[in-house]
Amino acid sequence: MNRTLYNKLIFEYSREGRVGAALPAAKDGARVLSDAIPGHLMRDSDPGLPRVDEPTVVRHYTNMSTNNFGVDSGFYPLGSCTMKYNPKINEALASSPSVAALHPAQPVCTVQGALRLYRTLEKALAEIGGMAEFTLNPYAGAQGELTGLMVIRAYHAERGDAARTRVIVPDSAHGTNPASAAVAGLEVVEVRSRADGRVDVDDLRAKLDDTIAAVMLTNPNTAGMFESEIPAIAEAVHAAGALLYYDGANLNPMLGVARPGDMGFDVMHINLHKTFSTPHGGGGPGAGPVGVRAGLEKYLPNPRVTESADGTLSVTTDSDDALGRISLWLGNYTVLRRALAYILTMGAEGLSEVGPLATLAANYVMASLSDVYELPIPGPCKHEFVFDGLKDKSSGVTTLNVAKRLLDYGFHAPTIYFPLLFHESLMIEPTETESRDTLDAFISVMRKIASEAASEPEMLKQAPHHTPMAHPDETEAAMHPRLTYSELKD
Amino acid sequence: MLERCGAKSVDDLYADVPKHLQLKHPYALPQAMTEPELRDYFAKLDADNIPLRCFAGGGVYHHFTPAAVDSILSRSEFLTAYTPYQPEISQGTLQYIFEYQSMMCGLTGLDVSNASLYDGTTATAEAMMMCVASARRKNRVLISATVNPAVAQVCGTYARWHGIALDTIPERDGVTDRDSLRDMLGAGDVAGVILPQPNYYGIVEDLTGVADEVHAAKALLVLNCVASTLGVLRSPGSWGADIAVGDAQSLGMPMNYGGPYLGYMCCTRALMRKMPGRIVGATTDAKGQRVFVLTLQAREQHIRRDKATSNICSNQGIMALHVASYLSLIGPDGLRRINETGCSRAHRLASLLEAGKRLSPVYPHRPYLNEVLLKVGDGLTARTIIDSLAQNGILAGIEVAPDRLLVACTEMQSEADIERYVELVNALPIHE
Repeated sequence: MNRTLYNKLIFEYSREGRVGAALPAAKDGARVLSDAIPGHLMRDSDPGLPRVDEPTVVRHYTNMSTNNFGVDSGFYPLGSCTMKYNPKINEALASSPSVAALHPAQPVCTVQGALRLYRTLEKALAEIGGMAEFTLNPYAGAQGELTGLMVIRAYHAERGDAARTRVIVPDSAHGTNPASAAVAGLEVVEVRSRADGRVDVDDLRAKLDDTIAAVMLTNPNTAGMFESEIPAIAEAVHAAGALLYYDGANLNPMLGVARPGDMGFDVMHINLHKTFSTPHGGGGPGAGPVGVRAGLEKYLPNPRVTESADGTLSVTTDSDDALGRISLWLGNYTVLRRALAYILTMGAEGLSEVGPLATLAANYVMASLSDVYELPIPGPCKHEFVFDGLKDKSSGVTTLNVAKRLLDYGFHAPTIYFPLLFHESLMIEPTETESRDTLDAFISVMRKIASEAASEPEMLKQAPHHTPMAHPDETEAAMHPRLTYSELKD
Repeated sequence: MLERCGAKSVDDLYADVPKHLQLKHPYALPQAMTEPELRDYFAKLDADNIPLRCFAGGGVYHHFTPAAVDSILSRSEFLTAYTPYQPEISQGTLQYIFEYQSMMCGLTGLDVSNASLYDGTTATAEAMMMCVASARRKNRVLISATVNPAVAQVCGTYARWHGIALDTIPERDGVTDRDSLRDMLGAGDVAGVILPQPNYYGIVEDLTGVADEVHAAKALLVLNCVASTLGVLRSPGSWGADIAVGDAQSLGMPMNYGGPYLGYMCCTRALMRKMPGRIVGATTDAKGQRVFVLTLQAREQHIRRDKATSNICSNQGIMALHVASYLSLIGPDGLRRINETGCSRAHRLASLLEAGKRLSPVYPHRPYLNEVLLKVGDGLTARTIIDSLAQNGILAGIEVAPDRLLVACTEMQSEADIERYVELVNALPIHE
């Protein structure tokens, strides 16, 4: 990564008369437009867009990219985010001129290939999740959670079970769980975690009653621990008339090992941008397909891809049983293409090695560092684990300092201050795509930072030292928000 | 590695997974494919798609994408990065989001933009929830019958489960019925009003006075606008809207059979802290350099959990980069030209079709830009036209009703394409 900050904005290159793309034009366009639209419906102000030539635009964004760190730049042990390598063949197959030109309203007879791809991925995910059917429409993990909760509400509503308006979520859960529940119109009830990070099953049982619509769990949980009592949990949840929701954020270590459907989960979502290697794109687009066990299929959202006896595929848009509609069409199609490419590249056997190798990598890193970093929950872990800061805290060096110092050494930081179970959480997820060499390099840097904490704590507290920028004034940013270029000029 | 872990085998690391839950059989999935096999597999799948010369819109338009955009988007420093939680090594992402926000605020005439949402349908649903969250003890939102039905359906779904009463404002003569809107606002229980621009039929609605009426009822005005048209049409801010939302697909994003696109959302300064999604702001670092950070995060799910403004945690990252780089290349004049060209071609197509007496505008006195609703003459249906033209490589439009066809033009159709469209329609056999 380039350590010199490139911070120009495209607006600062704007010059009158410059343009970056030639466009087909109708000769009479200006006249037709002004004849067609009455003046008072037209724009009365300049939109403030830049005027720039193509080389300037390309250089600008290329320079900008050199201040950015992606999985292709280096190791990205961001806990809970499954930053595995994104194979290049997926990108090559994500789109093409003919795919790009497919309009969602095309007659279904002209998009049989696209619908076949959707159906093939849907079936593959059902096999991997142990579910009956999937919808691939949700655009992201959070929207998958929301869709899954809507499935659950639709199920209870049809049974006339209207009092079920609450959802149980562990106190260690991702913030999206309670937030998705709130958007779905459900009230959140927190269940405690035990000292070992697992759900307190007694507390859970005490909170289960006929107002509970669902229990949301990740398994392994956010501390990287497998919920071994999952069969008893599933039994208790079902006995209380509620459904069990699987947040697929941590599905990666389960590949080849166990399936959420077999564990007793009724509804689940999968983050294709985590487990199935589609790129995170600096925030998106991702995809959050939702799977359901047999009996819940009819609640999945419109539109649905359906298959007739002769193999012809069509799209249903108006099923009344469905929870409704949550997307423009059938989801982020090019993300789905990447995920299918990944599944077919790996094959049945390759996929089965993903979970064990991710778990091995995490345990290896954990065991190599637990003499210098505080390990509050003893292993073995699954795909990730949590340190509660340095073992020796006498220097005053915090998790934030360790994370920032890692940036100096060319690694992305782990997830910090999450889960909320510990004060100095440092959550590490190496994934299966890193070589032992990379893991060893990371381990040696983590150890070096631990020794720097003893020898040069003040230096560490000022980290990072070698990044393009450091110590942004975040208070200023929040107190006096400047959110557009025009606010910078004032 | 196992030795360091104190394990004899990987199975030991899974000792806490009950035996009866562990997979006994390999997945029933195909064997691994090599890269050439995989390319072949996808090529065969794609051979079962027939790309058509696109005259359909309905919220998704076939526009030109400069090659430089694809090149910029393929920079893997952008593509393979996570959400920019570590600003020290994420200035690239933060900077393009800041540019994106600036451009969207310029286009919408509003003060604040977030870093983007999933698509135009969900962005509108978020705006609906924002209206209710901003109102005191009001949970009713009105949506015009002239809004794209997919957008209205997604809003309806979110409303149903979120506990919002979403009522439809009837249409009259192709536009939102202002008398009905006035009556509905009179009840005093409305938190927000969602109107389209242009509307689903392609009509540019005259919104004069709407904002005053909505605000007098202490409600918020949400305008759902096709992003590309913001280059020439009066901006939502200028109309007095509180929130502008919509899909940015029309800013040169490949159609890609439905996604990914990008939902934009801009609002007034007063609503800034009610906005869902990421927001990037400018500040300075220890050396005094101008830098960019995620800001106003106290609204978000990872801090506020069930009290957050939304459950949204991602934005459409790389698609926001698409918007920033596309608009930089096209510029304000290019965006105007795209609208002029689409407008010219749509009007030419409509007039040629009208001369053939088989298709004619349903609302001939209403202004439209690049999309128009056509009435299908006797002896034909929208479906037969679509199916028949599809066999000739043309997507004729969208069937809005058996005798209503919605047609859109952009800079991508040539004069010859338009003439061919007209010839094919005029040659269709009429069923008595």
